[in-house]
Amino acid sequence: MLTQRLLLSDRGGMLVLGLVVLMAIIVPICNLALPSSSPFYISNFTVGLLGKFLCFALLALSVDLIWGYAGILSLGHGAFFTLGGYGMGMYLMRQIGDRGVYGHPELMDFMVVLNWEELPWYWQGFDMFWFAMLMVLLVPGLLALAFGWLAFRSRVTGVYFAIITQALTYALMLAFFRNEMGFGGNNGLNDFKEILGFDLAEKATRAGLFVASAISLVLGYLACRYIVTSRAGRVIVSIRDAESRTRFCGYQVESYKLWLFVFSAMLAAVAGALYVPQVGIINPGEFAPLNSIEMVVWVATGGRGTLFGAIVGAFSVNYAKTFFTTYSPETWLFILGGLFVLVTLLLPNGIVGLFDRFRRKGDK
Amino acid sequence: MNPLNRLRETWRPDQVFDIVQPAPTFDKSLDTKHGPILYVEDISVSFDGFKALNNLNLYIDDGELRCIIGPNGAGKTTMMDVITGKTKPDSGSVYFGQRINLLKLSEHEIARGGIGRKFQKPTIFEALPVFENLELATASNKRVWYTLNHHLSGEQRDRIDEVLTQIGLTAHFNQEAGALSHGQKQWLEIGMLLVQNPRVLLVDEPVAGMTGEEVEHTAELLISLKGRHSVIVVEHDMAFVRSIANKVTVLHQGSVLAEGSMDQVQSDPRVVEVYLGE
Repeated sequence: MLTQRLLLSDRGGMLVLGLVVLMAIIVPICNLALPSSSPFYISNFTVGLLGKFLCFALLALSVDLIWGYAGILSLGHGAFFTLGGYGMGMYLMRQIGDRGVYGHPELMDFMVVLNWEELPWYWQGFDMFWFAMLMVLLVPGLLALAFGWLAFRSRVTGVYFAIITQALTYALMLAFFRNEMGFGGNNGLNDFKEILGFDLAEKATRAGLFVASAISLVLGYLACRYIVTSRAGRVIVSIRDAESRTRFCGYQVESYKLWLFVFSAMLAAVAGALYVPQVGIINPGEFAPLNSIEMVVWVATGGRGTLFGAIVGAFSVNYAKTFFTTYSPETWLFILGGLFVLVTLLLPNGIVGLFDRFRRKGDK
Repeated sequence: MNPLNRLRETWRPDQVFDIVQPAPTFDKSLDTKHGPILYVEDISVSFDGFKALNNLNLYIDDGELRCIIGPNGAGKTTMMDVITGKTKPDSGSVYFGQRINLLKLSEHEIARGGIGRKFQKPTIFEALPVFENLELATASNKRVWYTLNHHLSGEQRDRIDEVLTQIGLTAHFNQEAGALSHGQKQWLEIGMLLVQNPRVLLVDEPVAGMTGEEVEHTAELLISLKGRHSVIVVEHDMAFVRSIANKVTVLHQGSVLAEGSMDQVQSDPRVVEVYLGE
């Protein structure tokens, strides 16, 4: 019955998930087992790129859950994504040990440069993987809880909420740029060596991270689908469509919004944590407000309010971005802007909506 | 209220602290032994100096059907906002039964406790089918963690079927609510109140924009609710009010101008003056 509810009733979702699973099987095989002369060989670069896209797809899912279903436009999801990334980055930094440039057994290179004597308290425990992963979930989750509690309780909605989430991520960016914060300032965290004992430069490790991202995406999708198909999911859609009616039906609207927001923030953080070991760096630039806006564009392009639409959007916009920034870098921002205008005017339901329209025409 | 007054209020010798008193619980044994189920006393509300309600006093008996009329700006909607917790009054008190102070509760607590409200413009969940609209409104545990895992019980399903029959939408139960006619939407919204098993129903302009036949059907529906629920209807349509009400309250400039049967009220010279001018 659960499979019926989560999968079978959702044909588009099944198709997209099927493609993700297929990718998770084929890409590592073609990368690891085939010689680089084979026409089916997939390069390390492509594996890294697709792995990044998988993380972005998970991130888009978290944005779609809160924006598409609850109608809360958050322009600060980059903050949760980056915080998750920093959590993973801190673990990877502690794994470097005394192999840093200055060879200090405990301190990071940037701490040695700042003449720090000992490890700050908030870096303690990050040498343990489980602790770091707990923090990856907990810190963004608690931030979302506190922030959401204040915002939703005061009934801040719509464009005002969007603006304060932008301010949140911008404030975090400024804070993380400061060297005294102890997160490496504008260089961020980089030069990672290994994860759980596996060498990050190794092909097999990268393929493993790729598969882990695909699995997380599938699990994240199923979790979101579980939420939106439950009665709570219908309450959330009702809040989007008629908030006061929902309130007068006896639902505490604020707590629904709050828990969904917290869940969505944690999902974004997981995406960030998977992203960092694959790109090998995390710096405060990831907090930039523009990044958070881009995420919304992915969701809008793919199809807001359908979970698989978010995945489609993340892949297609990021593929376009890679393509255009390679062949004509200066045009990308214009294309992004144009895309947003185009989607808003012509495709209110995104790419997925376009397919739906064709299919309905076909049926007639 | 300045801090000094607040302190005096807190330390009043004739009261015990709120924390000592038992928490108000809504249950079936709502205390209505003195007759009224709703006590609205000395309520005043002002918006930027404009007095929307001015020492309003209103008592609604258990099981009665009361109509409230009055010219535009008389404070009818504000009164509903105060009872349902949307607006907090400047002064006065609102009690549900004899023990529950509604001014201390939030909107969803009041709704769960048994006061349902229908808005002027029909507000339903347009994207969902009729049945799911009723399902969402059904009285049950409405906390986040509960709704994540639970489904309707057989008993609740029966209640929904019963209400579907009552509002005449049985044939439409699977239809998207947004596709219903205006009148059907109004009935669906009333149905959404009924499945919550409320003690008091506040109904704002139920027949606005309805055809004659629909008005008749609505009148029958509201009359059939009398006795099981207390119903407060705010309406402009005089013919409709005459057809359903035995007791009418006229509001004017935020307070009660007259109260009584329709005939009494209509022959009251003050009411005539307010409605027709001099």
